[in-house]
Amino acid sequence: MDALQLRRQLIEYTAELFSEGFLDEQFTQLQQLQDENNPDFVVEVVSLFFQDSERLLNELAKSLSQQEIDFKKMDAHVHQLKGSSSSVGAHRVQRSCISFRDFCNAKNVEGCLECLQKMKHEYSLVKDKLETFFDLEQQLSTTGGSPPPP
Amino acid sequence: MASYYASSSSSGEVTADHRDFPHVLAVDDNHVDRKIIETMLRNSSCRVTTVENGTRALEYLGLRDGQPNSATLVSSAGCQFPVMVILPSSYEIPMPIQQASKVNLVITDYCMPGMTGYELLKKIKGSSFLKEVPVVIVSSENVPTRINKCLEEGAKMFMLKPLKQSDVKKLRCHLLNCRS
Repeated sequence: MDALQLRRQLIEYTAELFSEGFLDEQFTQLQQLQDENNPDFVVEVVSLFFQDSERLLNELAKSLSQQEIDFKKMDAHVHQLKGSSSSVGAHRVQRSCISFRDFCNAKNVEGCLECLQKMKHEYSLVKDKLETFFDLEQQLSTTGGSPPPP
Repeated sequence: MASYYASSSSSGEVTADHRDFPHVLAVDDNHVDRKIIETMLRNSSCRVTTVENGTRALEYLGLRDGQPNSATLVSSAGCQFPVMVILPSSYEIPMPIQQASKVNLVITDYCMPGMTGYELLKKIKGSSFLKEVPVVIVSSENVPTRINKCLEEGAKMFMLKPLKQSDVKKLRCHLLNCRS
């Protein structure tokens, strides 16, 4: 595939990610922060987000498997996840965190368990999508194509 | 605000006017947010130090157990402006004494485990040598009582997350002698 086709594919893919709600305007903010002084900014921030998310999702699962559930601790963890997902523009993950928080505040364990599954699912979807996005960007850059503006 | 800058030749730092490159301390327990605020501030011509909690923020600012430590007393003499410091999350690098007094603005998250941003604000405002340092609070939650409480305690601004570059540019202009 030549640079022009790749570029078009990247533009279309990005548009899809936004229209399907995987990403929101905060992601665009991150893209706009990337420049020649900070050429890998988006990948770096998103990598931090992936690391944090995996850790937090594991913590939530662990908390929910305890005999005595520490709702306060879970609230703190989901607050963190909600914060990071919001900051990178991972819109659907952020929304699922809001739902989890509601169940957590109501001390509804069943609700939390179900919601955690949803959060894991949303996270794995956006992770896949972002990895594909970065891959397309990388391919485009390898062919010498100019990246589309955010 | 007096424009004062002492060169810290011991640290090998560039002697730039602080008005051009104010030193900001950003406090946030969230790693992703620290990286983002750091970049946004650097893009607004600020020097940035990030820390992950209020305790480290106070240590960097030179306050220990509510009292300035002796090193800070030496450096704060003649320092006429509040300092904002963003501490690096690694914080193993020994900072030159003079650097701690050159924080021109503190920007802190509200919700943090241990010491909240509000508690950090109170400690800064309650300190005779730090109280002039402007403090900005950021939060993902839009709670009017929280906002009022922070402003009443002396926060210069309260901003909602997620932050945009334009928010940080405005902040820099309003609080740190905007120079285009």
